[in-house]
Parts: sequence; C-alpha cells; structure tokens
Amino acid sequence: MLRVQQVTKRYSNHLAVDRVSFEMPDNAIMGLLGPNGAGKSTLLRMITTITMPDSGQIFFDGEPLARHHISEIGYMPEERGLYKKMKVGEHLIFLARLKGLSPAEARKAVRAWMEKFGILDWWNKKIQELSKGMQQKIQFIATVVHRPKLLIFDEPFSGLDPINTNLIKDEILQLHREGTGVIFSTHRMEQVEELCDYVVLINEGHNILEGRVQDIKEAHKKHIFEINYTGQIASTTLQRLDVVERQEGRLVVHLPHDTSGNTLLRTIVNEPIEIISFREIYPSFNEIFIDLVEEKVAS
Amino acid sequence: MNWDKVKLIIGREYLTRVRNKTFILGTILTPIGIVLLSVISGLIMSHQGNESYKIAVRDEAGALEAFLKDSKRFDFEFPSLPKDSLIAGVKTGRWDGLLVVPALDSLTATEVRLKYYTDRRMGLDLSEALKDKIAGAFRQYKLAGLHLDESVLKRLNTSISIDPEPVGKQRRNYSEWTEGVAAAIGGAMGFFMYMVVFIYGMMVMRSAMEEKTSRIVEVIMTGVKPFELMLGKLLGVGAVGLTQLAIWIVLIIVFSLVGSVAMGHSMTGQIDPEVMRQIQTSSAVQANVTKIMQELSNINWWLILPMFLFYFLGGFFLYAALFIAVGSAVGDDVGESQSLTLPIVLPVIIAIYIMFSVLRDPNTDLAVWASIFPLFSPIVMPARLPYDPPSWQIAASALALIVGVWFFVWLAARIYRVGILMYGKKATYKELLKWLRQS
Repeated sequence: MLRVQQVTKRYSNHLAVDRVSFEMPDNAIMGLLGPNGAGKSTLLRMITTITMPDSGQIFFDGEPLARHHISEIGYMPEERGLYKKMKVGEHLIFLARLKGLSPAEARKAVRAWMEKFGILDWWNKKIQELSKGMQQKIQFIATVVHRPKLLIFDEPFSGLDPINTNLIKDEILQLHREGTGVIFSTHRMEQVEELCDYVVLINEGHNILEGRVQDIKEAHKKHIFEINYTGQIASTTLQRLDVVERQEGRLVVHLPHDTSGNTLLRTIVNEPIEIISFREIYPSFNEIFIDLVEEKVAS
Repeated sequence: MNWDKVKLIIGREYLTRVRNKTFILGTILTPIGIVLLSVISGLIMSHQGNESYKIAVRDEAGALEAFLKDSKRFDFEFPSLPKDSLIAGVKTGRWDGLLVVPALDSLTATEVRLKYYTDRRMGLDLSEALKDKIAGAFRQYKLAGLHLDESVLKRLNTSISIDPEPVGKQRRNYSEWTEGVAAAIGGAMGFFMYMVVFIYGMMVMRSAMEEKTSRIVEVIMTGVKPFELMLGKLLGVGAVGLTQLAIWIVLIIVFSLVGSVAMGHSMTGQIDPEVMRQIQTSSAVQANVTKIMQELSNINWWLILPMFLFYFLGGFFLYAALFIAVGSAVGDDVGESQSLTLPIVLPVIIAIYIMFSVLRDPNTDLAVWASIFPLFSPIVMPARLPYDPPSWQIAASALALIVGVWFFVWLAARIYRVGILMYGKKATYKELLKWLRQS
C-alpha cells in the first residue's frame, strides 16, 4: 500500500529523516514508533505531500506519490486546529471539499458521520463553543469524511479522554475491517502496540527496525515465562531455576535458550501447587526499542 | 495550481468575513468615523485661545497712542509712568508685559525695533498678531503724518486670479477652482489608499497568524498547496475590500443624490422662506458651489475611477502579500511581528508624506518617480490622477505596479510556504533570507 524508499529530509542544519525505507503491507495497521524528535512527523508530512523529500521516493499503491493521492489519504496531525469562528457543519463541509468531494457528497458524508456520533444538533454551533473533547470528534470526522484508503494519525490519543479514546479506536478498527489501511505514529508505544500488526521503529532519523509485530516479538523474546499458581513451591526447586521475579502465587522465570517452556512445566508440575496460568512473556516495544538503541551505542 | 481549491479558500475567507457583524458595523461606521475625524481635526486646527494680554506701552515716539486700538487678545494701556515703575508693574502682575516704542528717526523709517519686557511669553501666532497690530498702527500714524489718502492707496492693490486655459488636445476648460478640487479629490483618494493598505494588510496578516497558531494550517495543507492557500486568502480578502468599496460608492452616490434633490427643492422655493433668503443673500457662496460642481463634473472620472480601482487592487495585493508573509513567519509572537512589519510600514508612511507634497506640486521629479515606484505608486498616483498626469507616466506606473505585485507575491509565497509550517524557530531576517533561497 505504501512504500518509502531511501527518503531523506534535511532542515537547515540537521538531518530530520535519513535514508528511511519501509514497506507497509496492504490493509495493515502500522505503528510508526519512536521517541519525540525521531523524525516521525517529518516523515508523515512527506507521506501527506505537505513537504517533499530532498531525496528518495514514496510510492502509494505502486505509483509514485503525487498530489492527486491526497484525496485517498486522511491525516490527523498531532497539533490539530480548527477555525474557531466557523460553524461545525460548514467547517466539515469545507474540509471535505478540500479533499475533493463535491458539495452534495460532502454534505451527505458530513451528515452521516455526525449522525453516527449523535452530534447532528451541533451543526450550527460555532467551533469555539465546543469543548476540547467535542472538537476532537470533529477533527476525527474531518480526517475520515472523504473515505480515504489510508488513514494516518499522529499521536492520535494525546489529549483524548478515555471515552473518546475508545470511541475513536472502535471507529478506526471498524474502518480497518472495511479495508482501510491505518498508520499510528506515536512515542507512546504501549498505547498502540496491541492495535498494530506491523511496526516501523524510528530513532534519530533512522529506521532501526521494521516488520510484523509477531515476528519482531518472536525474534526479540527473552525466554521469560510467567506462572500463576496457588500453593507452595519447594525452595530446592526454586534454587534450580533462574528466577526473575517472585511474588505470592506468581513466578517469573528465565530459561536457557535451548530449553522450552515444556521443561519448566515438567519441573514444577510435581510440586504441591495448582497452576492457574502459564505463558511466555514477550517484550514490549519500549523494551525492544531501548535494547536496540543500547546495542547500537555499545557497538 | 488547482483553481477549484483556490475558489474554495476564497469563498471561505470571503463569506466568514462578510457575514461577520464587525464587517457590517465597520462598513457603516468607517465613513462616519472619517467625517468625525476630519471635523474634529478641523476644530483642533482652527482652535484659538481666548486669554487676553494686558500690555503697558511706553510710547517714546508719541506715535501709537491714537492708533493702537484694543482687540480681543490685547488690551493696551498708555500709563505716563517712568520705565522702572512700569517694569515693576509687570513684575507685580499689573500688566502682562511692557512694550517700549523708541522715538522714530523719521516718518519714513522702514524698520523699528521695539523692546518687550515680560515673563509671560507669547506663542508664535500671538506674537505675529501683535507685530501686525503694531505695524498697522505705525501705518496709520505715517499716513496721517505724510498726509496720504487711504482710499487712494487701496487702489494700488490689484487682486489677481489665474484662470488656466488648456492649449493641447485637453478636453476641458479650467477655472480658478480646478486645482483646489483636484487636490481635494487626489488627497481623499491617496489617503483612502493609505488606509486600505493598513486595514486590509493587517487583516490578512492576523489571519495567517491565527491559522499558524491554531495549527489549522496543518490540516488545510493536506488538501492544498501553500501557494494556493495564500492566493485564496489574498483574493478572498481582496474581494471583501472590493465589496466594502462598492458599498461606500453606492452610499456616496445615494447621499449626493439626496443632497442635490434637497438643494433643487430649495432652489424652487419650496422650502422655508427664511432659508431661501439666506441662500439668496449668500449668492457668492452659491456661485462658488456651482463652480465646484462644475469642476467635479469636469473631472475625467472615466479615467480616474478605473485607475483608482486598479491602484486599490494593486496596492492591496502588493502590501497584503508582504503582510501575509510576515504573518506566516511569526505565528503568535507579537513582538516579533512588530519588528518584521516595520520595513513594510515604513514605505507606506513615506508614501503618504510624498502624497502630501504631491498635492502642493504634482509635477516635481519626486512626484513623478514616486508615482511610478510600485511601493509608493498605489498611494501617490491616485493623488496625482486628478491633475491629468501625462499618459506615459500612468502607463509606466501601471506596468511597474503589475510587475511589483507579481514580484512581491512571488517573494511572499517563498517565505509563506516555509514559514507557515515552521514552529519553534525565531523568524529573524537571516532566517527569512534562508527560506527565500530554499528551493
């Protein structure tokens, strides 16, 4: 769906994005993850044709990215504003028409979304009369109203209350089920990792990791297992294990690379305990990211 | 360039402004404000104090006592006291000053130096008035002494009025009112242009600053190019200006029609006979009004009005482009915007000063070149138009303005496209130059 190839962007004297490449699979939910200042927003501005790369190329659906693709992209920037003096209805129609909808299409689509969110009675309210949470709903509608093939959210949940977060998350997932590709760009990796099936990790303008979430977690797993149980495990047994963490009824164990979870189970199954759950703990993207950055510093 | 999107931006800029209550109020109140302002400034300019000066005169020539008469501002006394006690009288406040008139060498002396002892100094106007008064008294004194007849002398004065007559292929005759009417119309148009540049320039600048600080621009930019947005804003606000201008022109026409109808009524005597008599007694005024009306109808409106419209649009686009560039560069930093608007405000102020000098003499080198130079011409040329400048100058000025608008819009676009998306960076002149060079 989206292919970024050796893209570089330089701002006066610092390199914001340095030869970044990745390929987003069709109909994926992709996380563009990295700390603040990693170059995510710069990258998004190029994908949304707001700015042009200094070198490198971006392909959308196999074609070199061009202005006419913007009608197929919906972008919700991190810093989002609206014209305070405009009325909700005409503001949304204005933004929809900027994305190429005809007046009639725009009106119909805006009405449909407002109805869906139960806010049709805001039509003639001025933006400045709305609360922050209400304005965020308007922002979201503005992003999706033209039925784009690719939705891009920069720090999507920052400043959202939990109810709006869930509402918008559900709507995004619904759109994804209907075939829309989604990019979440955020430094709050834990916020999106359970939503994404594909991630690109960015640090200091470089792309440091890319791949399917499951593959990455598999590759970076540390053979750590968690057992929840009732009863007591004999201390002689515990001494034979590499215990990472131990609480009442919970044990976290690190296993050597050549042993599997089954070996651990066999070791404790004869103890006078009842096992409630047993699972391998995969690292979070935060941990993977920190490991990768540290590795790089070390090398 | 996607014109559909530009039109969309124009529509938004235009409608949100025109539908606004402040637009409607501003359109109606501005003319009232201008009238009030000119009345008030007229009153202030013509205001005179009424405190009077009590002056003791020691007339050593014995020349003035019979001729120096009291006036509204001056009370003269001729006490026969020695000089020292007169000065003491000034010190104690009995008189405001002591005027010592020396004895005259002869009746035909042309220069007399008087001494005035005082601690209460007069302003420039008042001391001129005093000098005039004393000179007048001396004149009377000399006339009497030389046995001259005042009425004979009066015949030596000749009142001159110059009635210019055209010699070329000019279409019309001139009268003694031509220059005055031209100055009034030229001055009004020049001053109007000056206000247009500031009011609408500032409007566009504020609007760009708002878009940048509210971050709406990031959302808009996914739909349009920076240049399309900038152009849409300039054209939209320009259309607002045109609308306002059109409303004012309609108002002027309506009022002058109503005025002339009322006047027509008074002519046919259907109005209060008292007023009628006043009009008849002031037949000189009446004649002048007719002459001014004649002059107004003689003015080449078919040239002036379209050209005025042209300079209105040209001046607006040129300066609004500069203002919008500054607005995009500074965002919400008010202090920064002030230092960056200075180089834009400066030529406007210089232009208005040149315009005032043009009204006094419309054909100096300065007037000609300033009315061609595009940063000045939108203000200076309208002021020159009623004086029938040569057509080559109008053509050169128009051409230069078109090139100027093109150049400054191009310049502004290069700053705008970088500035509007740039946050957290101080917009210094050095930085702006860097943006200009960026491809």
